[in-house]
Formats: sequence, structure tokens, C-alpha cells
Amino acid sequence: MNGLKQVLIELIRRTSVEVPDDVYKSIIKALENEKKGTIAESALKIIDKNIELAKRKSQPLCQDTGSVLFYVDCPIGMNQIDFEETAKVAVKEATAKGYLRQNSVDSITGKNDGTNVGPGSPVLHFHQHNSENIIVKLVLKGGGCENVGAQYSLPYEKLKASRDLNGCRKVILDAVLQAQGKGCGPGVLGVCIGGDRATGYEYSKRQLLRKLDDRNPDSRLDALEQDILNTANELGIGPMGFGGKTTLLGVKICAINRVPASFFVSVSYMCWAFRRQGFVLDSNNNIKEWLY
Amino acid sequence: MIKLIAPFTEEKIRALKVGDEVLITGKIFTGRDAVHKYLYEGGKLPPEVNLKDGIIYHCGPVVIKDEKGEWKVMAAGPTTSAREEPYQAQIIKEFSIRGIIGKGGMGDKTLQACKEFGCVYFHGVGGAAQVLAECIKKVNGVYLMEKFGSPEAIWEFEVEDFPVVVTMDSHGNSLHKEIYELSSRELAKRL
Repeated sequence: MNGLKQVLIELIRRTSVEVPDDVYKSIIKALENEKKGTIAESALKIIDKNIELAKRKSQPLCQDTGSVLFYVDCPIGMNQIDFEETAKVAVKEATAKGYLRQNSVDSITGKNDGTNVGPGSPVLHFHQHNSENIIVKLVLKGGGCENVGAQYSLPYEKLKASRDLNGCRKVILDAVLQAQGKGCGPGVLGVCIGGDRATGYEYSKRQLLRKLDDRNPDSRLDALEQDILNTANELGIGPMGFGGKTTLLGVKICAINRVPASFFVSVSYMCWAFRRQGFVLDSNNNIKEWLY
Repeated sequence: MIKLIAPFTEEKIRALKVGDEVLITGKIFTGRDAVHKYLYEGGKLPPEVNLKDGIIYHCGPVVIKDEKGEWKVMAAGPTTSAREEPYQAQIIKEFSIRGIIGKGGMGDKTLQACKEFGCVYFHGVGGAAQVLAECIKKVNGVYLMEKFGSPEAIWEFEVEDFPVVVTMDSHGNSLHKEIYELSSRELAKRL
């Protein structure tokens, strides 16, 4: 599995030091749109410079290299136990090389053994598919943006949000309002309507695997995505909450079934330092294609 | 752009106002969740760390030792400051701190302490870990490393032209409060 370990270290490196093309394009557009001479424009210029520096120096975009989340589509018969063990070794080595911060802490004792490997770290989601290829996607999700994620249970009296799409719209926009400043905007929302509490959050995070410029095949959700994006950008929150025109870079929403008694809307927030990358491996663990 | 060069006197700090873009040069100390809780609960600072007229940076950097055994800062952007709100005001008062660098802003208690004791809140660009790491010219030392681990330790940095924006000044003004009120009104119109 040495070949696999090496390519996984490269995946971690690239995810940590580069933003994907779709995100970069969207940041540049935000910079061009922002009013000249404002602190919002200054912030976006620093962000642009940071993206260039991180890539050139091969060092983390953000010091919080976040939760390490792997999404693996694997052929039938692939040994998932071996894969997981190899991924753990890759995480340890990537940490020693400085691509990941020593970022995993024992929740009871507060001790940090410096390896990023422990209960619940890294996280691996496996899914079988009918192909010989292995598709590995990686998201590094920082704590600042994770902390402003929110889950609402409808009806939500405080906002007069009922169990319908308008109610969903209200709570999602409330999450944007509450996240201001804290989540390193302009950000991206991954949203799941429905599900149980855990599955709702899980699916909201999976929405972050979508490219920013894609469109939702469900026309109702597509309309909601566009509406929330446009409305959020009219609120004047702006980059880093400094005031300005771009509060969000994208909104991605999915819906899954719920039980009649529950109606959850789960919102995951991703910061501008959107660390997402992935590749397709052939059966010999060679990289066939980068995904983002 | 205002250049703020150590020593960080009360006079220099009081002259700053919300919206000022500032480049900081001098010595700063990192301190985040564990350090704030520790100091608030009466924990003692190591003798090498003197926070009087100092600046605390809410940051958990990525630092490694290079081949020569020297500390090398790989990434060092600000972390969310709101988590230190329960502790910050007392720490500003007790240690005579003149500046906080972080992101996301802080609450009324801290704003009040800034006004009363002559301190400001500087906002760094969150996530800009490389641009900010480039401004760290030297690592003077690290303290409480054994106790708290690398991201939570107190790192002493020499910085040069470290770019920040004043978002809470020593006269009771907060950009965060202003933007929150504005955006809440705008949202209410659209619901």
C-alpha cells in the first residue's frame, strides 16, 4: 500500500495548500465587484495574495487545517480496513511535514499527541460503486466555520418559520446573519432539508463536494439556492463581516426524506479557504485524474 | 494605512479608531482558548512572558522545527475571538493589555474593557495564514507548550508590518455591532 500512502499524502498536501479552481474564480469575481478603497476590498486582496503564496510555498492556506474528511467511492471487494490504516499513516506523515496542523485533541484530557490520528480522526466515509476505480475526495474543514454551522427544527417560532420552503429560506438566512464575521466569509453554504439530526448534517457537508458553478437539477432547490445567494449578498455583511457586497460565494442545498414528526434544516458553513480536492485512482493506485 | 510600532503605549492606542487599517511592528504573544481559561482561573504566566502594554494574538499557528533546529512558522492566521469573550475583559484589566488581534470581533464586555483600560481590537483576515506568517520575522520562544500542546501554547513572535483593521476601538465603537444591526435590518425587509 506504499503507492496509496504516497498519493494520499499528495492529496492532503494539495487540499491544504490550494483552493480549487471553481472557488478561486469566484473569489476573483468578488474582488472585482467590491467597492474600491474599502476594507472589504483590502481583505479580498489579502485573501488573493494568500492563495498565491500558499500554493507557491506549498504551505497551508489556513493554519486551521481542520477536520480531515475523506469520501471514498470504492470498487466491490476493496479492502476498506487496509485503506483506512493507510489513510491514517498518510495523515500522520502529512502532519509531520506541516501540511496539517497538530489539530486533534483528546476531548476529555485536552491532550494533543501531535499525530492527528485518534478516535474519530480522520473521518472516512466509504461507498461502494460498480467501477474498478477508486474515487477519493478530501475536505479539510476548519473549526471557525464548523462552529457557525446550525441546525433548525421547524416550525421555528422565533423566525415564524413554518414547515415549507419559505420556512427553510428564513432559517438558512438566519444562519448567514449569525455566522457573520466568525466563519471567515465570503463563505459557502451546504444545506440539507430533512433527515434525522446526524444524517442532516452529514448530507449538508456532502453538498460542499459540489462545484460552485454547478446548478441543482431540482428546479425548486435551484431557485432556493439562487434566492438565498442573492439575498445574502444584499445584506451588507461582506468579506470577514467588514461590510461589503459579497457575503456568500455559493449555496448548495439537498433534500432527503424525514419522519412526519421531524423537520430539520441543517446548515454547514464553509469558509473562503475552501479546501476540497479529489482524484480518481486506477487499480494500481495511480492518479488518473484530479477532480477539482 | 497607519504604522503602529512598539512600544504600544496607551496614547498610540487611544488615537486609533474603527475602520483604521494598521500595520503592526514589534513583539506579540499568541494566546487562545486554553491560555485564556488558564489565566482567567488564576494560572501564572511563565516569568519570560510580560504582557504589560502588549498585544495578544488569538492564533494557533502551525510551527515546525527546521533542519537547523530553528522554529519555522508555516501558517499563522487569526482564530475566532468570540470564544474568549468570557475571559478577555478581566485579562485586559489584569495584565494591562493594549491590543487584541483576532477575527470575528468580540462582545460588549470586551468593548467596555477596551474603553476603560485603553485597548483596541485588531481584526486580521481570517484564513490568510500565509500572508500573516510572512510578517512573522522571528520566533523568540514558546511557553506552556508541554501543558497545552503546540496550537494552544503561548508563542512569542517578532512581527513586521502585520496587516489588521481596527474593528473595536477604545472609545466604545464596534464595527461588528454596526454591521450586525445594519444586516439585521436589511434581512428583516427581505423575510
